[in-house]
Amino acid sequence: MKIAVCIKRVPEMDVNFKISPSGTTVDETGLRWDMSDFDGYAVEAALQLTEKAGAGEVHVISLGPDVVQETLRKALSMGVARAVHLKCDRVPFDGFAIAAALAAELKDGGYDLIMFGKMSIDGASGVVQFGVAELLGMPVVHACSKLEITGGTGSARREIEGGGELVSFSLPAIVSIDEGIARPRYPSLKGIMSAKKKPLDIKPAQLGAVRLTVDKVELPPPRAAGRIIGEGAAAVPELVQLLQNVAKVL
Amino acid sequence: MPNVLVFAEARGGELRKVAFEAVTAARQLADQSGGEVHAMLVGPSGIGAKASQLAEFGADVVAVSEHAAFADYAPESTAALVADRVKGGDYRVVIFSASAQGKDLAPRTAAKLHSAIATDVTSFALTGDALVVTHPGYTGKVLHTLTLVGSPALFSVRPGAVATKRTMGAGRVESVAPSLDPSSARVRTTATILGDTRKLDLGEAPIIISGGRGLKAAENFALVEALAAAFGNAAVGATRAVTDEGWRPHSDQIGQTGRLVSPDLYIAVGISGAIQHLAGMRTSKCIVAINKDKEAPIFKVADYGIVGDVFDVVPALTAAVKQAKQSPH
Repeated sequence: MKIAVCIKRVPEMDVNFKISPSGTTVDETGLRWDMSDFDGYAVEAALQLTEKAGAGEVHVISLGPDVVQETLRKALSMGVARAVHLKCDRVPFDGFAIAAALAAELKDGGYDLIMFGKMSIDGASGVVQFGVAELLGMPVVHACSKLEITGGTGSARREIEGGGELVSFSLPAIVSIDEGIARPRYPSLKGIMSAKKKPLDIKPAQLGAVRLTVDKVELPPPRAAGRIIGEGAAAVPELVQLLQNVAKVL
Repeated sequence: MPNVLVFAEARGGELRKVAFEAVTAARQLADQSGGEVHAMLVGPSGIGAKASQLAEFGADVVAVSEHAAFADYAPESTAALVADRVKGGDYRVVIFSASAQGKDLAPRTAAKLHSAIATDVTSFALTGDALVVTHPGYTGKVLHTLTLVGSPALFSVRPGAVATKRTMGAGRVESVAPSLDPSSARVRTTATILGDTRKLDLGEAPIIISGGRGLKAAENFALVEALAAAFGNAAVGATRAVTDEGWRPHSDQIGQTGRLVSPDLYIAVGISGAIQHLAGMRTSKCIVAINKDKEAPIFKVADYGIVGDVFDVVPALTAAVKQAKQSPH
């Protein structure tokens, strides 16, 4: 089984972001970066599928400036066999513009499965996989929290409000991965050493037309400061009174 | 005048709350552009009976497509149906709900149409020729103002972002045959498994009571369940620490990689307030935190905090809420 996983380098989210002077991007000064959460689950799920099958290999692709090679190397150190860097100065916000570049790289790859995280944690749009599927004429299953491949068919579970959907699909296919499927493994020292020797191809990204433009980014208004009303069960009557008369939710 | 098309989501033969929100959103845009609201209603035989409910929120036309295979979500044939409707009509904007289904259907349809799409938007406006929306990213910490280029343009609206409003539309019903046989699709939903359908979904509940590691064990969620039951209109959520422990299912997780919620009231029980969790609930209208550690970061976002042992405070609160419900003030 040959699997490609498309991954994105994103900032760690445990910071207070600042806006760059242009007003259209986040200030990247001092941010720490890693593979987007859901993409990490996708890489892990892909590795487990080939390990379980006892055959096949996993490739990763990332689009962006040279720094994305760090993220690709991390995937290689987890056990991925080969990486492709689609080089461009900036990652466009429009997922379909990205999809065109990925589809151009993926179309002759002979992949049985092309995997994505269900969305990137920064842009949070979740559309790239659908663009790639349309361009390659492949079926796409979105937000899988469980995934099994048997022969030429796949089955998956998708979380929905208050339950789940069981889905079956034919291969080759595109699947995007939700939380709950697998926690990404930590690269071993041996993995990190061997990753340095694994192939990492660099190609220009053939981006598609942009139909979604970022006019402005801003920080949401801060929450008004709250207060601690008291300690222990003795504070409950005042809380109930506030919920009834001030917040009016009781 | 160009019209607005809206996909009205149904499940189990009933329209979902998000459907009325989406139709309300479509009515707002159509009133700006001077066009009509056309709603699409897709489901098994009999779903057409719900068309009049959509008219009550402003649908001028309800295009009904019934097929036995639409009892479960049929991604490919539903997207084909919407895309064909768009191609055959004069639509400036197409609106979906950013529900689990809409997060699949909206980009799937946009890809078929090669149209601009913005997902999970919290506000939108059609100003002259420009469709401009707000899209939260970076776990809700950054708001993007986006322009969708070209017509038609598609977006999905975040559940709860639009307050439903009744406005009578003409409600003319049209019957539409599926353009792609749902039973021949490459992606098929073989079963829809619903949990306790009496339980409110996290995305729809006006009140959410969430538990964290401070509850110490899975069985102690009974305290949280009891408080939710006292309110009557509350759902129960959890932190990632709790779902990772297996105390609650992953579908209950509120946070960066889980559900994003903004109920009227959010009560955090034994939750320290990790960034990962705050990302999922910081837009709640009123936040209450109960935690024994007065330095816990959850108190920084809480409107009201009680420092104390959850095993003392929560039962007392449950009793007080029950009493308040029995004797309305």
